[in-house]
Amino acid sequence: MLTIRNLHASVEDHEILKGLSLEVKPGEVHAIMGPNGSGKSTLACVLAGKEDYEITEGTITFKGEDLTEMAPEERAREGLFLAFQYPVELPGVSTMQFLKTAVNSIRAHRGQGDMNVAEFLKLMREKADFVNLDHKLMQRSVNEGFSGGEKKRAEIFQMAMLDPQLAILDETDSGLDIDALRVVAAGVNKMRNSERSFVIITHYQRLLNFVVPDFVHILLDGRIVKSGGPELAFELEDKGYDWIKEENGEAIVA
Amino acid sequence: MPTYTEHDFFEDVAEEGYKYGFVTDVAYEKAPKGLSEDTVRYISAQKSEPDWLLENRLKAYHQFMKMLEEGGLPSWAHLRMPEIDFQDAYYFAAPGKKAKYDSIDDVPQEILDDFARLGIPLGEQAALAGVAVDAVMDSVSIATTFKEELEKHGVIFCSFSDAVENHPDLVQKYMGSVVPYTDNLFAALNSAVFSDGSFCYIPPGVRCPMELSTYFRINEANTGQFERTLLICDEGGYVSYMEGCTAPMRDENQLHAAIVEIIAHKDAEVKYSTVQNWYPGNAEGVGGIFNFVTKRGLCEGARSKITWTQLETGSAITWKYPSCILKGDYSVGEFYSVAFTKDYQQADTGTKMIHLGKNTRSTIISKGISAGHSDNSYRGLVRVNKKATGARNFSQCDSLLIGDQCGAHTFPYIEIHNSTAKVEHEATTSKIGEDQMFYCRQRGISEQDALNLIVNGYAKEILAQLPMEFAVEAQKLLSVQLEGSVG
Ligand SMILES: Nc1ncnc2c1ncn2[C@@H]1O[C@H](COP(=O)(O)OP(=O)(O)OP(=O)(O)O)[C@@H](O)[C@H]1O
Ligand SMILES: [Mg+2]
Repeated sequence: MLTIRNLHASVEDHEILKGLSLEVKPGEVHAIMGPNGSGKSTLACVLAGKEDYEITEGTITFKGEDLTEMAPEERAREGLFLAFQYPVELPGVSTMQFLKTAVNSIRAHRGQGDMNVAEFLKLMREKADFVNLDHKLMQRSVNEGFSGGEKKRAEIFQMAMLDPQLAILDETDSGLDIDALRVVAAGVNKMRNSERSFVIITHYQRLLNFVVPDFVHILLDGRIVKSGGPELAFELEDKGYDWIKEENGEAIVA
Repeated sequence: MPTYTEHDFFEDVAEEGYKYGFVTDVAYEKAPKGLSEDTVRYISAQKSEPDWLLENRLKAYHQFMKMLEEGGLPSWAHLRMPEIDFQDAYYFAAPGKKAKYDSIDDVPQEILDDFARLGIPLGEQAALAGVAVDAVMDSVSIATTFKEELEKHGVIFCSFSDAVENHPDLVQKYMGSVVPYTDNLFAALNSAVFSDGSFCYIPPGVRCPMELSTYFRINEANTGQFERTLLICDEGGYVSYMEGCTAPMRDENQLHAAIVEIIAHKDAEVKYSTVQNWYPGNAEGVGGIFNFVTKRGLCEGARSKITWTQLETGSAITWKYPSCILKGDYSVGEFYSVAFTKDYQQADTGTKMIHLGKNTRSTIISKGISAGHSDNSYRGLVRVNKKATGARNFSQCDSLLIGDQCGAHTFPYIEIHNSTAKVEHEATTSKIGEDQMFYCRQRGISEQDALNLIVNGYAKEILAQLPMEFAVEAQKLLSVQLEGSVG
């Protein structure tokens, strides 16, 4: 599904990803953990094609194609979805019109015609229920004035609407109360299947109680320095990052 | 328009560029080129006008010549004002060689066909449901639909020429009472050479049963359009009026200098909406309409209300300030505006709210959107006179920038002569966020669609003020104009 080899990426001549490699196969769930500023969101943005980031070395292939050649919207249409750590507000843009444009753009890419309005409304309702999203939120402008938790939930709702093949969740669990966390996790679990892959960026082991990953990776200073099974997350929860930093020869800042 | 879906919307928008740029091939009767007393007399004679009107025109003509000599074009606006050779244009052009059409049967088929092509069918069967239209091409009103239907309610809606002929008392009483010919250079010019336009009178207590609208079309080359609109709403009446306009694509500039006057008597309410889509010139800034317009409403009676709503997307230069004189106590003035400029377009637009009566209120919401190399200014005056106890104003002026080559400016003027006045002014300037664009694109939405969504979202509050029949049109138009503004 996704193969990253020796990825180096910088922003404003500042190297942030420093030789990152990762292989995600269809149906797998990968968790990426790491301290603040280690480059997790940068990785997500590079995968989604944000223009501020320059790839200086390495390759990314998605479904056998060179991902770096594609515009952000092409990546999305090919089935790559990013749940943003900080979802953006679009004042005055109705959620319905926004998603309809998105769904139909993706359908057009697949050679399908537009979805008719009745069908679309049905889909919206179905998917909103899927993540227990208050239907009132769908009547509002995209993310405008949403609470932090509502924004995160809305991201999962959008994911369900767009039916991606690879979903990257950037700290979707941060700022959620325990009920919301369960709902988000249930959403992911329901969407989990042998075709669809997830990359879940998180700081907390608690999400991984609900969504059990196949692999856990630790990102440190722009590199994946350790990979393992779900047990690695428990170890981190217990011991923090210092032992990893030590193993990797970094000075520990008190 | 319930059957119109968002899908249709984006389909329509996908059609490229300025799609109203065609020319109707029809013979013309024109005034001799240039501006002189003879030109003025020629126009008046073409319309078989009464003497008093010719007198007025001549006074205005001399005023114009004097103002042109003394001051020239107004220089205070934030505009690169062009040289205009007032002798190098035609001031009257009658399509189909007729200065007046008494029946739609006399109108050449080409003209009817092309109005239909503009989305303005004029035949009785085909006419737009619920909207009465006066269609003006160059100097002549072609046809007015639903006239009889409106007459049943006592509403007069006809071309200005018709009104001069059939309702001379009303015309003489009100014409020039809100915008005198001495007001400014272009008002003087219009008062001298105005040709057709619309006239509307709503009798006391009557709620006009349908939307009224005028569609202005400039067709002939080298010709200016100088229409005049006079709208009178008598005590307790209500009317919603809408104007639209387009012109062919041409390399030379064409002049449009209109006057709109509104009078609202006691308890009357007038909504005046404009969708301005004159040809803006090409991407290099060649050609386009110079749009110099004087629009003013008088809230004459107590509790009267005038609302100006405008979507300005066209013209090479726009210079217009639809204003309200709040004379009646408790009268209300509102101004809602979206002005979009791209390429080398320039707009200097805004409003004046003049508070004269007690407890008068005004609201100004202006949203400027600039792209390309364009320049977009808001200029607004709020004046509270001595006797206007309890006056209030709220102004909000937002600017949105697309790219970094364009300019946005805000020039608010506030003059307060009564200490009880409450005046609030807010202004913001923002750039279309990279983050917003990226968010949309990450959902599979193209850059162009993303821009459409974001800009239409920004303008939504204003577009929602337009009559329902036109709101979709307006949204579409804004999206068409946005084509090619990405990046
Ligand atoms: N535009 C930028 N200019 C300069 N530095 C940047 C820019 N964007 C990100 N960085 C830096 O890159 C590093 C990695 O940032 P990133 O957002 O990827 O971290 P993260 O692992 O997601 O952190 P968190 O856990 O806090 O979300 C940080 O040190 C950040 O300050
Ligand atoms: Mg982050």
